[in-house]
Amino acid sequence: MGFEGIGASVKRKEDPRFLSGRGHYTDDINRPGQLYAFVKRSDRPHARITSIDTAAAKSAPGVVAVFTGADMQADNVGGLPCGWQIHSKDGSPMAEPAHPVLAVDKVRYVGDPVAVVIAENRQQAKDAAEALAIDYQDLPAIATVLDAVKPGAATVHDDVPGNQCYDWHIGSKEPVDAAFAGAAKTVKLELVNNRLIPNAMEPRAAIGDFDPSTGDYTLYTTSQNPHVIRLLMGAFVLHIPENQLRVVAPDVGGGFGSKIFHYNEEAIVTWAAGKVKRPVKWTAERNESFMSDAHGRDHVSTAEMALDAQGNFLALRVKTLCNMGAYLSTFAPSVPTYLYATLLAGVYKTPAIYAEVKAVFTNTVPVDAYRGAGRPEATFLLERLVDVIAHDIGIDRVELRRRNFIPVDAFPYQTPVALQYDSGNYFATLDAAQKAADVAGFEARRTAAKAKGKLRGLGYSTYVEACGIAPSAVVGSLGARAGLYEVANIRVHPTGSVTVFTGTHSHGQGHETTLAQLVVEQLGVPLSQVEVVHGDTAKIPFGMGTYGSRSLAVGGSAMVKAMDKIVNKGKKIAAHLMEASVEDIEFKDGKFTVAGTDRSKALAEISLAAYVPHNYPIEELEPGLEETAFYDPKNFTFPGGCHVCEVEIDADTGVAQVVNFTAVDDIGRVINPMIVEGQVQGGVAQGIGQALYERAVYDANGQLVSGSLMDYTMPRADNVPNIHVGTETTLCTHNPLGAKGVGEVGAIGSPPAVINAVVDALRDYGVRHIDMPASPQKIWSIIQAGRPRAAAE
Amino acid sequence: MPQVALTVNGKQHTVEVEGRTLLVELLREKLGLTGTHVGCDTSQCGACVVHVDGRSLKSCTMLALQADGCSVTTIEGLAKPDGTLHPMQEMFREHHALQCGFCTPGMVMSAIDLVQMHPEGLTEAEIREGLEGNLCRCTGYHNIVKAVAAAWPLMHGKPAPAAAAE
Repeated sequence: MGFEGIGASVKRKEDPRFLSGRGHYTDDINRPGQLYAFVKRSDRPHARITSIDTAAAKSAPGVVAVFTGADMQADNVGGLPCGWQIHSKDGSPMAEPAHPVLAVDKVRYVGDPVAVVIAENRQQAKDAAEALAIDYQDLPAIATVLDAVKPGAATVHDDVPGNQCYDWHIGSKEPVDAAFAGAAKTVKLELVNNRLIPNAMEPRAAIGDFDPSTGDYTLYTTSQNPHVIRLLMGAFVLHIPENQLRVVAPDVGGGFGSKIFHYNEEAIVTWAAGKVKRPVKWTAERNESFMSDAHGRDHVSTAEMALDAQGNFLALRVKTLCNMGAYLSTFAPSVPTYLYATLLAGVYKTPAIYAEVKAVFTNTVPVDAYRGAGRPEATFLLERLVDVIAHDIGIDRVELRRRNFIPVDAFPYQTPVALQYDSGNYFATLDAAQKAADVAGFEARRTAAKAKGKLRGLGYSTYVEACGIAPSAVVGSLGARAGLYEVANIRVHPTGSVTVFTGTHSHGQGHETTLAQLVVEQLGVPLSQVEVVHGDTAKIPFGMGTYGSRSLAVGGSAMVKAMDKIVNKGKKIAAHLMEASVEDIEFKDGKFTVAGTDRSKALAEISLAAYVPHNYPIEELEPGLEETAFYDPKNFTFPGGCHVCEVEIDADTGVAQVVNFTAVDDIGRVINPMIVEGQVQGGVAQGIGQALYERAVYDANGQLVSGSLMDYTMPRADNVPNIHVGTETTLCTHNPLGAKGVGEVGAIGSPPAVINAVVDALRDYGVRHIDMPASPQKIWSIIQAGRPRAAAE
Repeated sequence: MPQVALTVNGKQHTVEVEGRTLLVELLREKLGLTGTHVGCDTSQCGACVVHVDGRSLKSCTMLALQADGCSVTTIEGLAKPDGTLHPMQEMFREHHALQCGFCTPGMVMSAIDLVQMHPEGLTEAEIREGLEGNLCRCTGYHNIVKAVAAAWPLMHGKPAPAAAAE
């Protein structure tokens, strides 16, 4: 066995099954006697349901049952709960309108579930849904945040006047106002963070199963956090106690946040399985993913910076209007507040910050966390603003950044917006990125591109984000309705192999490998003898799941704690077996040794003694070698770094292509460099997608226009370049691994780097800012409008 | 119901299907070959790519009945009977060209056809263009491109041409 511990790029344990078609995704599961559900969705953005006639659908071939919102209401099914409560400036709680599983009385977005048809096969359910006669009375719809706040705007919820969910703020207004009043210069930028549709490649799916002999329910679902789904659905929606509800999230084909939330269909299939006493399966078609998976981003903001004469940032003022969609998705209210505005200090020592965030309801799909969740929005705002400041006051953009960076010796650094960064070195990541990107050679590349008729630009983004979510007491005080610790159970088997039961969930991140490497490192067990189990509430004690780049920093730390307990117990057993004092036992490389002697016992000998306790300190120790630990982090972790992007624009067509991309990130301790590179590359591709290609579009009436992969531009292999990844490490100071998290850095750091490069490429055309996506049409129009007269002729 | 007779991964099957049944539905639901995935409903994503008579094809674009008499290979049929993986599968693992694994079967099947169709060699740009019909949301494609380039010499039994090696 070669080196397999922390720092080794070992090949992934999960790959053989995925590569041979033996993955086990939710739609691959079939239960005996299984029926199929088709969810009939609203095709209206906003309407009153005047009648639903189910008779024809019920008598269609193969149909077993048809249910509507009235049926669920009559059965006392609760609404979908929201997991985070925000309070407005004035202390009032956010508006939290009812979120029925199936629409009752009104539909509020295109895609809102109205009825479910359950039949012997998929096609029969779909055919019968065509026979549902639903009469609607259309109501005026709100499609955008700007429409939602217009005086006299229609209301999405009758009990939410003005469509306002909350009007929240953070920071201190007075010092910011004072700084602006005395500033040598102020710079203002208005910008939009485009709405995105996550599009994990596996569409969501759910199977409800019910055992009439025991009353037990099982839900198989495409989830990033099965325990959270069990808690929310069991306690609030279907009123099933935990002991009678098992939630399994098997192999999950990508999540990016969109599979965190408790969705309508999970409750529908579970409840319906109990009604029809047979398993019920639902699998989204991609068009349903577009109109029912929670969307991401969707901010309209104004940012203003006050500066002194030397270009030092004095104060930042931000106003953001953000979209909740038609209902509150599970964690929606936290995203534009505590995951966004708390990051507005960025990597800069701006002494005063004040941000106001107004969240509104619209007749659109609910909006919630999507890869980065709030931090990409903060990073885009700041990093665009910094480039605009450099442009407006005529200072070099890199020099401006360096001048305002938080100094290396200032950590731990308390920002004016609540967070305390434990560690970081933004100069180091910037230097390394400039070198790796060969910034020195850029002007030559620009000149060469010009000779080919291409406009070449270079853009930077220097960023920090907060992840490793999260200290429970802190988030509890901020409105979270759950704890955010993580749980690990480590079982050393009699012959010394190990099973890890983790409350985190892997849906592409490679936890079965990375987490196993922690066991290799700490217990000295070969990788082949470590198994990582996740995604089943019947197997794992508890867990909060995977999101916010938390699995290693929080879940891995829980494992370290559990393994510490294993080693401590092992030392007692070893002391007994070797007739030594516990204090004299050392554990290293899988061996318990009596200090200063050559007497030792391997872990497998200790575990065997623990399970076959013939010679065992039975009076003092229980048999067995298995430990559970809960780890609640002391602080968030703060990955950061520098991304450098080079684009080339075809001046004739306006098409921008990313030709070079360099990411140098500080993610703390790296466990598996190969997996880290892959995480960054994937995140950067999503960031390039946001910057150049992707945009969820609603028409003025609230119809989703970009509702398929033919209309919504996902980045393809020829839309992205090779992505150079580097790391510059400062360790997290408060978790035992020193790990910060890597899942989201790519998507957080990259969008402003791309747009800054596009703006740089177009610097001769009088452009100061471009909103995302920088589509060919947008760029072509800028080129046409700004083209020097001589060139146009 | 009409019948379709076809060979899948070397095994003959005769199956009753509805006229509207797609090849991918036949594979997944009638034959239990769930390695072939469905990622969209507009033939955009490529998760369902299989080989039909040796060429890659999105199995959501073909009716099951159209496959009558055809020989179909799915991801489950790529490895040798002794379990030895196809070089493309091996290189995907070697180069970390998969994360969640959902697009992987289609990606591997497309990539094999792409390499087979280009005995003269493949540039990076040609690989990227050749994989345009397959979406991946996890990897950013970087490692997929590397894996395909690395599989070329293994599949053709000779070093990659100098121009393509870049």
